[in-house]
Amino acid sequence: MKIDKKAVTKVALLSRLELDDRESELYSTQLAAILSYIDKLNEVDTANVLPTSHVLPTLKNVFRKDSLKSSLDVTDVLSNAPSREGDFFRVPQVIEGK
Amino acid sequence: MENLYSLTAHELKEKIDKFSLAPSSILDSLFERIASLDEKIKAFVSLNKRAASAIPENKAGKLYGIPILVKDNICVKGEATTCASRILEGFKPPYDATVIKKLKSEGAVLIGKANMDEFAFGSSCETSCYGPTRNPWDTDRIPGGSSGGSAAAVASDQTILALGSDTGGSIRQPASLCGVVGLKPTYGRVSRYGLIAFASSLDQIGPITKDVRDAALVMNVIAGYDEMDSTCVDMPVPDYTKSLVSDVKGLRVGVPKEYFIKGIDKEVEASVRAAIDILKDLGAEIVDITLPHTQYAVSTYYIVAPAEASSNLARFDGVQYGHRSRDSKDLIDMYIKTRSTGFGNEAKRRILLGTYCLSTGYYDAYYLKAQKVRTRIKEDFDSAFKLCDLIVTPTTPTPAFKIGEKTEDPLSMYLSDIFTISANLAGLPAISIPCGFSEESLPIGLHMLARPFGEETLFRAAYAFERRTDHHKRKPKL
Repeated sequence: MKIDKKAVTKVALLSRLELDDRESELYSTQLAAILSYIDKLNEVDTANVLPTSHVLPTLKNVFRKDSLKSSLDVTDVLSNAPSREGDFFRVPQVIEGK
Repeated sequence: MENLYSLTAHELKEKIDKFSLAPSSILDSLFERIASLDEKIKAFVSLNKRAASAIPENKAGKLYGIPILVKDNICVKGEATTCASRILEGFKPPYDATVIKKLKSEGAVLIGKANMDEFAFGSSCETSCYGPTRNPWDTDRIPGGSSGGSAAAVASDQTILALGSDTGGSIRQPASLCGVVGLKPTYGRVSRYGLIAFASSLDQIGPITKDVRDAALVMNVIAGYDEMDSTCVDMPVPDYTKSLVSDVKGLRVGVPKEYFIKGIDKEVEASVRAAIDILKDLGAEIVDITLPHTQYAVSTYYIVAPAEASSNLARFDGVQYGHRSRDSKDLIDMYIKTRSTGFGNEAKRRILLGTYCLSTGYYDAYYLKAQKVRTRIKEDFDSAFKLCDLIVTPTTPTPAFKIGEKTEDPLSMYLSDIFTISANLAGLPAISIPCGFSEESLPIGLHMLARPFGEETLFRAAYAFERRTDHHKRKPKL
């Protein structure tokens, strides 16, 4: 379970991050130290223990009536767009073509 | 006449109600204070200069005319909300967080946004893209984090009230290091709608205030069910000021031996032990308890929290808001360049750690394992609360450390949260209140934890302790 430069580069791609050589070196050293501390968890016997993903014992699906309600103002929402065209967010071309 | 900025919310409320004090004069007093002081402390990332014109009409509001500072990860409609990150540069939320809506409708006045660690990733306020906030008690030291700006502003009388958020100690640790009161409510007590998510199973919004009564006043406003947050629990909200009765007779106070370990600062230990003696003297019954999985809390947290964070932060891709890198050749390249230039080092480190722990081949070994140990940690508290009603510990192992002292070694920074993390993993309410000072005049905090939805027990004990002591009245020399 060692984390080295190669593993960090792979995880960076999964995370949509780009690291330069110095960064991948630094992060692999730091993450290795953190993960070796974390390995302490293996001392705990967790056979037959259920995982806790949240702490609320009564949490269940929350349903609501499917009724018409106003939503956020489109002008307000789009005013944050780094790039827009009409009522749309504009991004670099996704579909191959012209 | 005393300076209005130095008063508490309940003192000001009385002046407004009984002596017709104008809320605008409180603002004038505060803005003058901020203008002369914040250059030194740097608690604010933005100041709402239009606050005076936004004083609400509702004179009957529970917080009518009382100024409040909001951590920069809580959405305020039309006001820049950046999480102290470049990637949210220029973002102005199109809606108010539920807590903001509630504060506004009760007449509170929003005076600005507080500095914080980027996306709340940190324990020192040093990872902010705006630079560090400084501790009012010693400006060469950190104020704690991640709600460092909120705590430093309260401690330096630059606001009357503040909101913070707490994922692993981010309200309580800075409150402790700045000598003020900080409460993390039970998970599900306060709506998270409009709080920019860090770790969704751990995050809670809570008050940072000058005394315990003010914390109760804020909780009376922000607690309660919200249909916009499916993890917000539908339970009646008591009037928390009714718990301020200064009586702890018969209260069973548990002292866990695992929290008085080697490495804890001697002055911190002495202050906390003395505080326990005061509780005993006030009539509480002191019980020795054990929380055997305490030593695994930091490891558990640094899997669960970054894993959830890496998933939550996937939304910052430059499409809908904030920073976008301009020189990209296609969509994926735009995501990558935007994120690489937008996130700071600690954010990148946690995204990488979280993604690694969730990736194929490591999920069971790290994430699932951590969730199982989380169950063990929660069971420790379930057992302990059969023997006691309240648990007391130090909030932090040491007083405030120096700026730059831990930035090179992330693990040592992570370990500074060692006493506060468990409350988040188990979802418990917890408060930090001032309980003493080191020889160098640095504040020391007493940490109290209660059963889920046991905020009233916290308020009762904290208020009784505060009434007996005067640590909360001491002010930094500025």
